[in-house]
Amino acid sequence: MCLAIPVQITELLDGDRALASVGGVVREIGTSLVDNLEVGDYVILHVGYALSRLNEEEAQETLRAMEEIGAIAGDAR
Amino acid sequence: MKYVDEFRDGERARGLARALQVEAQTGRQYRLMEFCGGHTHAVFRYGIPDLLPDNIELVHGPGCPVCVLPTGRLDMAMRLVLDHPEVILASYGDMLRVPGSGRRSLLQARADGADVRMVYSVSDALDLARANPQRQVVFFGIGFETTTPPTALGILEAQRSGLENFSVFCNHVLTPAAMGAILDVDPDSEESVEIDGFIGPSHVSVIIGSDSYRFCAGQYHKPVVIAGFEPLDVLQSILMLLRQINAGRADIENQYTRAVTGQGNRKAQGIVEEVFELRPTFEWRGLGEIPSSALAVREAYRAYDAEARFDMRYRAAEGTRGCDCPAVLRGAKKPIDCKLFATACTPESPLGSCMVSDEGACAAYFTYGRFREEAEQRQVRQRAAVKARRRA
Ligand code: SF4
Repeated sequence: MCLAIPVQITELLDGDRALASVGGVVREIGTSLVDNLEVGDYVILHVGYALSRLNEEEAQETLRAMEEIGAIAGDAR
Repeated sequence: MKYVDEFRDGERARGLARALQVEAQTGRQYRLMEFCGGHTHAVFRYGIPDLLPDNIELVHGPGCPVCVLPTGRLDMAMRLVLDHPEVILASYGDMLRVPGSGRRSLLQARADGADVRMVYSVSDALDLARANPQRQVVFFGIGFETTTPPTALGILEAQRSGLENFSVFCNHVLTPAAMGAILDVDPDSEESVEIDGFIGPSHVSVIIGSDSYRFCAGQYHKPVVIAGFEPLDVLQSILMLLRQINAGRADIENQYTRAVTGQGNRKAQGIVEEVFELRPTFEWRGLGEIPSSALAVREAYRAYDAEARFDMRYRAAEGTRGCDCPAVLRGAKKPIDCKLFATACTPESPLGSCMVSDEGACAAYFTYGRFREEAEQRQVRQRAAVKARRRA
């Protein structure tokens, strides 16, 4: 029930609503909780509402850190 | 899917697993609680225990909203629909299957003629109210901080559009209060569970921010790492916890930086603050009464408070006899310790709340077959103990 998933905004609608692509399926979602959304943004969707925007730079940073950890641990063995 | 697939990558997972093997010190036991039921689910779905060194134990926490709602609150909803034929009760799906007093669920009440509808969002409940102006639509609001802002928006929208036949039965609860309650248990008491650190919630933290957990480090000297939902996130967070524990540190760290900030979603916090206020105390299944741990609709929005509108009264009630959910929710017992597990109690016919939702520990154990493996390990251990005793 607490499940929340990343979705991409495909169209902004009136009244704090937007269309979002959920793994290829388009759904209408509420956007009142996140300001200044733009088409193309990724957000976390939970019970029909966007909770926050996902930060691409931070995501890349996390992935880079994971790879580094793996590489160092590989050497340590 | 972007933001999903790359965080499930097997190669990176193996790298993190290697790093965990290096970091975990032999001769030392690490007990980490994943507070959130979503993490419990992910842990079993992706077989994370198999990737961890043996001396890391994951303790499952109470972060599953339908699991922690006490029987007495569910009974209130049950009485509401049975006593008020004008009411349509709109609820998230999981809640419908939880057994209340006398083992009756809302689904059974529906079979007996009560009007109970499953919704995906509070906006579906608002639509129901618009479509049924002669009826009363009550939204069964449950959940942690993640789910609360949408409920608050529902009330604001009802007010804005003059929807008078909509109200909320509010059962929203607060994560930090529950963590505090777990940490407050007297270490000498039977109830106590030893925990070395927390894998912090993902989406609750999106709303409340990682700063909200400072008390865990400050007051209790327990490290917290806010973790994303994907398997690699969980592995990296466990590594970050181990590093803190090995260094004797207790900090609040954030692994899920792509979604969580220190302050959280201020706008959502403001909306919640506008509509809800703290209840002096609230009963949790497994954790008992916790002061300032849940929300009620503010006086200014009383017209949308189902408890006031229908004069709903709380009466404490027992859960199913023999069900160990209370101990499971504290992390004091594992699902397989319950005598009813996988015998009388299964996801098809759940006897306790932890077997209902995907996020419940019992359901996760059952669905991903983990219990078979653990039962085997236990047998092996018991046989070894018997042999050792015979020899002695
Ligand atoms: S197995 Fe069923 S009865 Fe036992 S603790 Fe879990 S939910 Fe309760």
